[in-house]
Amino acid sequence: MAALLETRRLAKSFGALKATDDVSIDVRAGEVHALIGPNGAGKTTLVAQLTGELAPDAGSIHLDGRDITRLPAWRRARLGIARSFQITTLCHDFSAEDNVALGVQARSGQRVQMLDDARRDPGLRGPARALLEQVGLADKAATRCGDLSHGEHRQLEFAVALAANPRLLLLDEPLAGMGLEDSARMVSMLRGLKGRLPMLLIEHDMDAVFSLADRVTVLVYGRVVASGPPQSIRDDPEVREAYLGVSG
Amino acid sequence: MSAADSPATSSGVRLRRALAMGVVLLLLALLPPLANLLGQPFLVTLFTRFLIYAIAAVSLDLIIGFGGMVSFGHAAWFGLGGYAVAIAALHAQDGTAFLGMPGTNEALVAWPLAMLVAAVVALPVGALSLRTTGIHFIMITLAFAQMIFWLFVSVKVYGGDDGLAMARRNAFPGLDLRDAATFYWLCLALLAGWTAFVRRLVGSRFGLVLQGIRQSERRMVALGYPVFRYKLAAFVIAAAGAALAGALWANSARFVSPDMMSWQKSGELMVMVILGGIGTLYGPIVGAAALLGLEHVLAQYTEHWMLFLGPLLVLVVLFARRGLWGALGGRR
Repeated sequence: MAALLETRRLAKSFGALKATDDVSIDVRAGEVHALIGPNGAGKTTLVAQLTGELAPDAGSIHLDGRDITRLPAWRRARLGIARSFQITTLCHDFSAEDNVALGVQARSGQRVQMLDDARRDPGLRGPARALLEQVGLADKAATRCGDLSHGEHRQLEFAVALAANPRLLLLDEPLAGMGLEDSARMVSMLRGLKGRLPMLLIEHDMDAVFSLADRVTVLVYGRVVASGPPQSIRDDPEVREAYLGVSG
Repeated sequence: MSAADSPATSSGVRLRRALAMGVVLLLLALLPPLANLLGQPFLVTLFTRFLIYAIAAVSLDLIIGFGGMVSFGHAAWFGLGGYAVAIAALHAQDGTAFLGMPGTNEALVAWPLAMLVAAVVALPVGALSLRTTGIHFIMITLAFAQMIFWLFVSVKVYGGDDGLAMARRNAFPGLDLRDAATFYWLCLALLAGWTAFVRRLVGSRFGLVLQGIRQSERRMVALGYPVFRYKLAAFVIAAAGAALAGALWANSARFVSPDMMSWQKSGELMVMVILGGIGTLYGPIVGAAALLGLEHVLAQYTEHWMLFLGPLLVLVVLFARRGLWGALGGRR
């Protein structure tokens, strides 16, 4: 299978700290590729380089064969890379529906409209409501985002990421801080998308990782120490020692 | 804008709000005859000042309240608009040319020209300023405004720091702007039109992205919005609005001076927005009237009127997050 997203020998240092050290990974069409590693392994730094928030020191990033290493973040998003954030970055004064509608609007093209009524535009509101329904927030559409619970924020964050109709989803710890119930709901949502939407999943919850991922890459101190199907990663003695053993 | 303006807002509520707005407009429109009845004709001039500053304050609220860009140089556009009109009038009177262009005393030419001049200057100023955020943005907008201020202080042909007088008000087809009431009504119509335009703007696709940027710039970038362009567009539109106010001010006073673009003036515009209610759009109109009205009343008793304004501002900032507009029960 061809790689949709690919990094080649990516490197990024902060002073003496090598946060990304010669990382070559890819996400192929239709697969869920999980990225795991202990805290400080450089997972979030890697994601920031993929999205364009950080520029790598060396190496390159390719989307569908196109070099996007120097492309600004918003242009990469327009090419179809969507992400969810580890720390919620929703618009807190907006309603849940407004938040999703902004995502829907993002996919509807460059044309800037200055005098339309965006809050009464069925072309934005319809798909926004459908997405809220999909993530189980239909009854919270009019609720101010800042008044939603943590779990609901994660669900909303996910709906916003999907709204832009992406080709690839980067999920930065989508289950972080979630209760068991919310967590289970999110995992089943991700499973529902599996096969249709390629994902790079960064997650600490090993049960979720091993149940969702087609491939798992282990990052330690910015380096890839192992990569392969979930079963082989689980059985890899080096990984067990470096990571799984520590976290139980 | 929160749930108050969500699609769920009932048509009844909207109708009542439109009615309230209509009543306020009507009362304002009736001011000139009322002032005459009361034997207080100066009220028309005073309220004209309120309206003119309100236009500048509303445009500042567009970038502070909706775009999250705290500009401390908004008076630069106010002054630039005023000077554009006064300089055009001067050349029309002298029959001389400005960079090859003839002067004009026609309002319908000079006022759009004032807005255009401000927009053209605001484009590079905004583009440079918006490379920064927060406190740096405040400082850099202040610095640019001071540069423009000193430019006009030093240009002696246009009066330098003595300012530049206009022989008469601009000519407006079908209206006699020398008549205080007529000029007042025109300012009222322009304030209403400008506020309606900005209100539409903030509720549009463009406006929601702008508000989204204020709340979460990272998210807007991650969604694929070129946030810099959105912010710059808002900055330029706000500058044009302030320039319209400046053009009206030049006509009202028949005089412009570098004071129009001083940092104190920028501060006054910010106070109007904060006092009235940041991000409320109508609040800054109330804020402009409150600040100028208070100044007018207090200045009759003491030249240290700022001494009384200070505590009021502290109270508003501490206790009324949405300013006077919020305290009046107004919503966004």
